[in-house]
Amino acid sequence: MPVRIQNEDFDIGREVAQLRRDNPQVGAVASFVGVVRDLNDGKTVAEMTLEHYPGMTEKAIEEIIGQAKGRWQVYDALVVHRIGRLAPLDQIVLVVVTSAHRGDAFAACEFIMDYLKTQAPFWKKEKTPDGARWVEARASDDAAAERWQTKD
Amino acid sequence: MVKILYFAGLREATGQGAEEFALPDDVRDVAALRALLRKRGDAWAEALAESKRVRAAVNQDMAAGDTPVTDGDEVAFFPPVTGG
Repeated sequence: MPVRIQNEDFDIGREVAQLRRDNPQVGAVASFVGVVRDLNDGKTVAEMTLEHYPGMTEKAIEEIIGQAKGRWQVYDALVVHRIGRLAPLDQIVLVVVTSAHRGDAFAACEFIMDYLKTQAPFWKKEKTPDGARWVEARASDDAAAERWQTKD
Repeated sequence: MVKILYFAGLREATGQGAEEFALPDDVRDVAALRALLRKRGDAWAEALAESKRVRAAVNQDMAAGDTPVTDGDEVAFFPPVTGG
């Protein structure tokens, strides 16, 4: 279950090809790419810096992927998350899920992304015209993760 | 001893990224450790105030206030996460 934290950019085509290579059982590949926007909370963002908790970040994402594999029929999943300095238009995060059918692939991909937003230790600091600021966590992200919770 | 790590805004506010800390006998969980660190001064009291949303991890697993802390553990304090 591959998880990579890196400074370098990624190539989605290459990552998808790698993940589904030599597996003719794969009938669906779902992917998500998160990208840096130039506007957040009403302010222009010139640049951001992403910080993480080495060790725990990888572990937390591996656990999220494990949960997704327990809930949906998933062959494989990949998460690549960038750290360091990023500018608007840059790619930040990639999630790829392979499955036999699209329903499982879509659901698992969205689940992994929603949980990553609230459980994986990353922090963004933005440069705006008024100075640098740490990005505040959003209630809407907590709500997005909570809707996956099952009543059992 | 426990290793304590601070990330993002908490690291900047406390001026501390990592430290080795001698755990007093009566400090047995995350909430007690956080309360003890608040006594270090204004910056610490402010950054770790009860009203602040501070997350913690013990041995790289998300922790709650009543999560036990014992010698040899790695404890981390940080703001709610904002990746993705």
